[in-house]
Amino acid sequence: MTRGGWKFWLPLALFAFFVALVGTQLLSPAQREVESAMIGKPLPQFVLAAASPDRPGVAAVDLKDGKPRLLNIWASWCIPCAAEAPQLEALQKQGVDIVGVAIRDRPEDVAAFLARYGNPYSRIGADNLSEVQLGIGSSGVPETFIVDGKGVIRYQHIGDIRPEHVPMLLEKLREAGA
Amino acid sequence: MIAEFGLAALWLAAALAGLQLFAGAIALKGRAGELSRLVRPVAVMQGALTAVSFAALVMLFLRTDLSVKLVVANSHSAKPFIYKLAGTWGNHEGSMLLWVTVMAGMGALIALLERRLPERTMLATLATQAFVGLGFYAFLLFSSNPFERLPMPAAEGMGLNPLLQDIGLAFHPPTLYLGYVGLSVAFSFAVGALLTGEVGPTFARVMRPWVLGAWIFLTIGITAGSYWAYYELGWGGWWFWDPVENASLMPWLAGTALLHSASVLAARDALRAWTVMLGVVAFSMSMIGTFLVRSGILTSVHAFAVDPERGSFILVLLAIYIGGALTLFALKAGSIAEGARFSATSREGALVFNNVMLSAILGIVLLGTLYPLLTEAFGVKVSVGPPYFNPVGAIFAVPMLVVMAVGPLLRWRRDAFARVRKSVIFVGLIFALLLAVLLFWRPMGLLPWLGMALSVPLAVASVLPLRGRNLGHLPLSVWGMVVAHFGLALALFGMAADSALTVEKLAAARIGDSTKVGPWTVTLDSVEPVAGPNWIALEGRMSATYRDKAESSVIAPQARSFWAPPQQTTESALLTRWNGQLYAVLGDETEDGRWQLRLWWKPFVTCIWFGGLLVALGGFLALLGRVAVDLRRRVAVRKIAARKEELEKVQGR
Repeated sequence: MTRGGWKFWLPLALFAFFVALVGTQLLSPAQREVESAMIGKPLPQFVLAAASPDRPGVAAVDLKDGKPRLLNIWASWCIPCAAEAPQLEALQKQGVDIVGVAIRDRPEDVAAFLARYGNPYSRIGADNLSEVQLGIGSSGVPETFIVDGKGVIRYQHIGDIRPEHVPMLLEKLREAGA
Repeated sequence: MIAEFGLAALWLAAALAGLQLFAGAIALKGRAGELSRLVRPVAVMQGALTAVSFAALVMLFLRTDLSVKLVVANSHSAKPFIYKLAGTWGNHEGSMLLWVTVMAGMGALIALLERRLPERTMLATLATQAFVGLGFYAFLLFSSNPFERLPMPAAEGMGLNPLLQDIGLAFHPPTLYLGYVGLSVAFSFAVGALLTGEVGPTFARVMRPWVLGAWIFLTIGITAGSYWAYYELGWGGWWFWDPVENASLMPWLAGTALLHSASVLAARDALRAWTVMLGVVAFSMSMIGTFLVRSGILTSVHAFAVDPERGSFILVLLAIYIGGALTLFALKAGSIAEGARFSATSREGALVFNNVMLSAILGIVLLGTLYPLLTEAFGVKVSVGPPYFNPVGAIFAVPMLVVMAVGPLLRWRRDAFARVRKSVIFVGLIFALLLAVLLFWRPMGLLPWLGMALSVPLAVASVLPLRGRNLGHLPLSVWGMVVAHFGLALALFGMAADSALTVEKLAAARIGDSTKVGPWTVTLDSVEPVAGPNWIALEGRMSATYRDKAESSVIAPQARSFWAPPQQTTESALLTRWNGQLYAVLGDETEDGRWQLRLWWKPFVTCIWFGGLLVALGGFLALLGRVAVDLRRRVAVRKIAARKEELEKVQGR
């Protein structure tokens, strides 16, 4: 091998890593239901300011009034969030109360997003540091939690809500006491 | 018949690619003799056959031949002519056929035109081009046959995605593809040169115009795509860091780095291994981008038909080609790495810095694009967006832009900083002054503030290389550099101004209501139904007045409903002034009879795309300059040869 030979192998090593990564992804079927460590645990204490002028902010006590709800973690810059908007709309039309938490967002972007995709939320909190997001065991957007009337997390849905998930979420809400 | 004819041409082209690879490989072993003379004509023939095959598919779409599966799935007899044409490449199979057509076409062009390289390297290059081509032929023929017939002809087609039924978008994919796939030439040249070990200034000079050509198309394609997303999606944004956008940005970044490192290699015989590496990386990024988009492994607004089998197929191709090229690089790079040395304060020094920064940005974009995959492997789903890309990209983009201002003023090999001190201080003062002025003018984010303050001195610095030079005799390639750098400064100004100064207004207006947005007053005059060839729409007619001017302009956004396939789109309407654009979108009617309007005033936003086009124009000027120099050299060589012959005759031999 010639001088500095090992570093010329570096690009190949990186590429091999890439192939291994996407290869395993391609071969393993997408797993959408992940058991969350937070299921069955109460929400942490938090108070979030309003992210939108026409909806109040969110605090942990708001979710302990006896009514089960969806807690939707989203952001205006997240494309799958736009994709799930019709499903949230449909859930809201069926009487589901949806509380939104906007992650690292700007008020004007939030407003633009809601104007375009509709506003199914009864409350929207601005989580500018992702503290609530991390506190409830979510690490990405979009994610949707089912919180029962006592503020206990009952279910975690990772990724966007597709039309086929709507009946399942309604069922889980019913189990949580709706 | 046309479909079978197209398919036969494709099979023949694939067979010729096989022959081209075989003959090229034997020639490299030095045992070909007669066979090596086959390589160039075969490459030309292969290009012609793919063109025939592509033309056949175009014809099927224009006639709306409903016995062909692809036409039924992506076209409709009631579509306007231009969208029938665009339907050819507005789908997976058709776009892959376009891919091999461009690839074989580029191979044919280099086989016809390129005579400066040693013939052995040239044969190795053409063999590589054929080798890569073969994989994509196999992909087309075995897994994505565009000419497949239906057992029974359909009664009507299913139509093209309405979002794609837009004149700007009709020509967006072919432009982008010329760029994407054009970079395959750089890949083949790099692999060819690695095989024969002949990497030097000639190699760089030969590769440069081809890369430039591809890069120009890529630049135009990205610029046009960004403008399309801006007015068609109706979100008022022009870049979303969507995986598909990143897939086009990554080869552009690598191509830009390649162009700059190739000029170091051409002028100074330095950066040999690095330039070859970038040649491999640029096209690899095209292929990886295509893979990420087509395999459906990432979520994107650009929905292509998702098929895991196809994804696996492309992944295998990637592993063979990129893996093979990188292995070759690892084995051979040691023997070509030595080149000329230079001091840090020199043109080369600045270009190396530029290269490192561009590569870092490339790495950042790639990491951000792949990050969701990485975390998904651990069972966590995330979406990476502007909060990551903007600040992290800027860490590298800002120093790169600063060096871009200074670099072109430096001399090759070694320079004293004292020589350019005055210019640097002058430009630096403008920067500092602007930073201060903007700080007091109005509050804005850190990045827009930096961007706006940086763009003006950058624009000034970009024309400084013209100072003290005879403009009439300046090489075109220098003009190209100046124009491209100026374009980048202009685009930066547009981006920063857009994010710092945009005013947005959401209103629910009755007919006759006026709304103020920035300097504009917009009045909703009426909402009326209008009909197009395959859609109906509600059109909001508004009159807009700028400040206190007497005359007003009409602006008319639509909410369109297409019926084949059924889908709603918003057609935003734009009113352009020299200092920005008024952007209007018509939303739904509220229950009390008001209309939702979204209005933006976006100062200087058009600079983004004008800047992008200037960058492409700069590339075009540089290309013209290089080709002109090369032609002149060829003529001179021929003249010298003729004179020598005459001299020999006169001397009585």
